[in-house]
Amino acid sequence: MSAAITSLQEAVADLVSDGDCVALEGFTHLIPMAAGHEIIRQQRRDLALVRLTPDLVYDQMIGMGCASRLVFSWGGNPGVGSLHRFRDAIEHGWPAPLAVEEHSHAGLANRYVAGASGLPFAVLRAYRGTDLVGRTASIATVTCPFTGEELAAVPAIRPDVAVIHAQQADRQGNVQMWGITGVQKEAVLAAQRSLVTVEEVVDTLELRPGGVVLPSWVVNRVAVVPGGARPSYASGYYHRDNDFYETWDTISRDRDRFTQWMADHVLAASPVASTP
Amino acid sequence: MTTHTDQAAATATATATAMDQGTVARTDQATATATAAAAAAAMDQTALGGAGYTPDEMMTVAAARALRDGTVCFVGIGAPSVAANLARHSHAPTMVLVYESGTIGAKPTALPLSIGDGELADTADSVVSVPEIFAYWLQAGRIDVGFLGAAQIDRHANLNTTVIGDYDRPSTRLPGAGGAPEIAASCRQVIILVRQTPRTFVQQLAFRTSVGFGDGPGDRERFGLRGRGPTLVITDLGILRPDPATCELVLTELHPGVTLAAARDATGWELQVADQVTTTPAPTPDELRTLRALKAAPRRPSTTSTAPAAPRAARHITTGQVPRGTVPDRRRP
Repeated sequence: MSAAITSLQEAVADLVSDGDCVALEGFTHLIPMAAGHEIIRQQRRDLALVRLTPDLVYDQMIGMGCASRLVFSWGGNPGVGSLHRFRDAIEHGWPAPLAVEEHSHAGLANRYVAGASGLPFAVLRAYRGTDLVGRTASIATVTCPFTGEELAAVPAIRPDVAVIHAQQADRQGNVQMWGITGVQKEAVLAAQRSLVTVEEVVDTLELRPGGVVLPSWVVNRVAVVPGGARPSYASGYYHRDNDFYETWDTISRDRDRFTQWMADHVLAASPVASTP
Repeated sequence: MTTHTDQAAATATATATAMDQGTVARTDQATATATAAAAAAAMDQTALGGAGYTPDEMMTVAAARALRDGTVCFVGIGAPSVAANLARHSHAPTMVLVYESGTIGAKPTALPLSIGDGELADTADSVVSVPEIFAYWLQAGRIDVGFLGAAQIDRHANLNTTVIGDYDRPSTRLPGAGGAPEIAASCRQVIILVRQTPRTFVQQLAFRTSVGFGDGPGDRERFGLRGRGPTLVITDLGILRPDPATCELVLTELHPGVTLAAARDATGWELQVADQVTTTPAPTPDELRTLRALKAAPRRPSTTSTAPAAPRAARHITTGQVPRGTVPDRRRP
């Protein structure tokens, strides 16, 4: 089995269903924004969204009513301030109530690692003495069988679908990303299905120092979406549009302005064509 | 922030971002994140005053001075990042900056926009995954100093970056934990940067996101936390240190021009004060010059052009850096 290179529209239609647990990952870099927009356009509902840093992409998906649940570890507009749609959903239930399950970065990263490793849980030094214990049901303790030490345990997370953005794929659907690669490899390997959007398809992947290669047979769909991480950045291709992150603070503060902006810029936008 | 934390620490981002940004307008924007930070905005507007520097500059400079050369520092975005970069550009050139995005030994020339800024990766000694940065580097005890911010702090230096009000129906939902709980647990020592107001210095946290000293002596050991915990709390008014016997924060320094009464008024509990309260040396002209130059350093291009993206233009670039202006930015939603 190898990854099929399709349009983003087809890939989302094939892989993402209502009620799925979906992880769009990318740690400030290579955020799969275009894929998030396609999920919004296809009006997926009742998703359980997983992501360390919900960021603008989940602010938009939450505000557009795609999610009923959020598993996360840090929900802010990085370097700017609040995520207003995320806050409005939690503080006021708009547009729909949002159940949250929160971890620390270390805890959620370890949940992906356990999922990718085929283990039922991960063990780490974390959480003790904090109010997250008892508040987040997926935080427990385990006693080391060798030393007797008590440590934190978190269950594996196995999303139905992982969605990431990478710089390149080759024609067979092997994928390479480089720069800050966050937790994307773990998310893809933990998930049942995966979609990778890429800046471009090349004849041969030229291996990069520190690059992460996902072989085609662990990826279900590749879609070519140049600029698919904007307004975040893709190292070697384009920079973060920081002005937009700041503008988003204003757009997202008001429900009507947000809704209008999404209608104009996301719903009205034509799906990105695939040209492998 | 979050405080890195900002990055690391969470709210730290909110609070710290506000601190980071000198202009009133931008401060205004970021402050909305945390009610706690709201009061601070007003403070920021007193910028410069007659002293020739702002309270936030004093705070950042004091934090930078606390970092010795060679220190391995886990840095969050916002004020902690400014302080760490100021130290590295002045008295601590061999400091090792570690960001939770996985960049180890980053050497940015301009202040990064986020903990995952591309320049951090491009200038790092090593870039590792997020699971690795937390497991091999932080959890294993390889970090000397962690910087944290918070929306609320209590007398034992425990921090809240999660909610204000009731958890299920919060009046303010803050960003959450981020990297902060484990930074607080595992760094050899922790420096907390937070503005001092009755809303941030509270009797009772709405939520304990990160542990300072818990309820007092022995709690860190009981929780199995391996780092020493907070050693300094640096505010815009002064500096507090934990009492070795009680683990309660004690005011040991006031910044120039700040009265003891002002510090007491800004504290939501009965503030413990050292027998000898010293005055923090004011920022030197050199420190201010370096700090302001860092803030003014050109950042990466960010245009609002609607021209289509041209990824191929960048293909010959091997450094991952695209020269200013070569790739028109298309503002995609």
